[in-house]
Amino acid sequence: MSRTVLQVEGLTKSFGGLKAVQDVGFEVREGQIKALIGPNGAGKTTIFNAITNVLRADAGSVLFDDRELLGLASHQIAKLGIARTFQTTRLFDHMTVLENVMVGRHIRGHTNMLTAALRIFGAGAEEREARNVAMQTLEQAGLAHLAARHGAELPIGQRRLVEVARALASGPKLLLMDEPAAGLNMRETEQMGEIINDIRDGGVTVLLVEHDMSLVMEISDEILVLDRGAVIAEGPPSEVRADERVLAAYLGQEVSD
Amino acid sequence: MAAETVPEPDEHAEVRATARRRRAENIQLLCFFVLVALIPIFVRNPFHLHILIFIGLNLMLTVGLNLLMGYAGQVSLGHAAFYGLGAYTSGILTATYGWNPWLGMLAGLVLTCIVAWLVGKPTLHLKGHYLAMATLGVGIIVHVVFRQWTPVTGGSAGLTEIPSMTLFGYEITSRMHVQYYYFVWAWVALTMVLCANLVVSRPGRALRALHDSELAAQTLGIATSRYKVRVFVLTAAFASIAGTLYAHSSMRFLSPTPFDFHTSIALLVMVVLGGAGTLWGPVLGTLTVTALHEVLRPYTNWDIVIYGLILMVLMIAMPGGLSRAFGSIWGWITRLAGRGERDDT
Repeated sequence: MSRTVLQVEGLTKSFGGLKAVQDVGFEVREGQIKALIGPNGAGKTTIFNAITNVLRADAGSVLFDDRELLGLASHQIAKLGIARTFQTTRLFDHMTVLENVMVGRHIRGHTNMLTAALRIFGAGAEEREARNVAMQTLEQAGLAHLAARHGAELPIGQRRLVEVARALASGPKLLLMDEPAAGLNMRETEQMGEIINDIRDGGVTVLLVEHDMSLVMEISDEILVLDRGAVIAEGPPSEVRADERVLAAYLGQEVSD
Repeated sequence: MAAETVPEPDEHAEVRATARRRRAENIQLLCFFVLVALIPIFVRNPFHLHILIFIGLNLMLTVGLNLLMGYAGQVSLGHAAFYGLGAYTSGILTATYGWNPWLGMLAGLVLTCIVAWLVGKPTLHLKGHYLAMATLGVGIIVHVVFRQWTPVTGGSAGLTEIPSMTLFGYEITSRMHVQYYYFVWAWVALTMVLCANLVVSRPGRALRALHDSELAAQTLGIATSRYKVRVFVLTAAFASIAGTLYAHSSMRFLSPTPFDFHTSIALLVMVVLGGAGTLWGPVLGTLTVTALHEVLRPYTNWDIVIYGLILMVLMIAMPGGLSRAFGSIWGWITRLAGRGERDDT
């Protein structure tokens, strides 16, 4: 099997007395689509936040291409090649869709405030390139017709797609997707599944959190199941589906509901 | 998937539309400055020219503040202090120590940037409106220093006999104001062009992005605190230069009053009234507020009430500011004229 892109070990994060993530370890291999699943409050989003250092982990290690991520700032982690999307989409609502995706190109540019204000040292050329690459990304995502619209105007399905396009514009090696199908209808969910497959086929490793089980089972190469902050199962969809602890975790939740 | 190959430039309609909008803005700016350049042909009255110079200085302040507030979403309640630092540093160094005004400007610039950096660095990496509070404090402290440090600043009596600005050996602060009008408005043009370039560039988008979602901006690789500090220092620098230009204007006199809290608030009102985060917002806001101020001058004691009422009504009627309201009216007119349909296809 291919090499390990992301290696998480002993990851722990508490909020006050609540242990949201407890000694979690897993690997993501290059070219994989790996899913994190589990009942609400299992710690899935907390893991994403710890990997991207939106929240500082209490303990553990996150190695990306053999580099320790814990202790790096979010923007430095992005520069290493990790992009993410959010459970509640976070588009730049006052910017156009095209500009949103151009922000995705940020780490590929060099223009600073001085060279941008004076239009020197290739600032204009860089701007044109960013615009063209962003437009190309939108075209490939089938969103070109929305380029001039503002983020705030779009319905949730399109917001999710734009967010994915924005993340991809940075040219990441690893894409973290936090519930990419949340709020989407069946047709849109199916389309999102195809897009995630395309992303992987394009050479980007995908780690996703998702509640839509049919989507997860269909596209994932491997699934990691969490319950109350700890790993309870890991393996290909067929194995995980049959795992008793997984069934117990989900059924238990349904009973308590 | 983002390809690394660069396609033919401007191949797409949306890309062309963006470029067209940018060109339209450049043409608007050019027309504006041509108009500004023609004004002294018709306006000969020194008092009127003096007001126009003053509007130019305010515009340098509001254009910078608009970049900070309208685009990057950070509030400064102490911009008058940076304006004052530029004015007093250059005023003192030239009047008391005989420095060249240009060196005075440079010294003011350096001092202002250091103060702004010291205020911005610790407050801007915090979430919330800490910058607003810190700048409020700095504004008050700086104003107290101007007023109380009498041996150096002249205190409430003011600093007198500030020499003129010179350009290639010529004094440009004349009694007729015309040279100084052009000199100040050249600085205004520079400020506006730099800001207009900045907002549609990589760092400008980073500022607008962190305004909308700091978290998303960070996860896309934007060092948000660093950008906030830089844009804050940059706008303080604009204010400082405006201050130096004020100090060396025809009055040749500085008192603490123009650099107090009221000025900081007035600048804020100009930006918000004109339309924060738009190219023409600061221009419309500065012109409107200055004009209101002059028109209401005869109605002593009532002026502040009328002024407040007008601002209230304007903000309720057009919360996006004057420039956005004009934009919608213009869009409406063009649609009526049938031009809109062609543009949309």
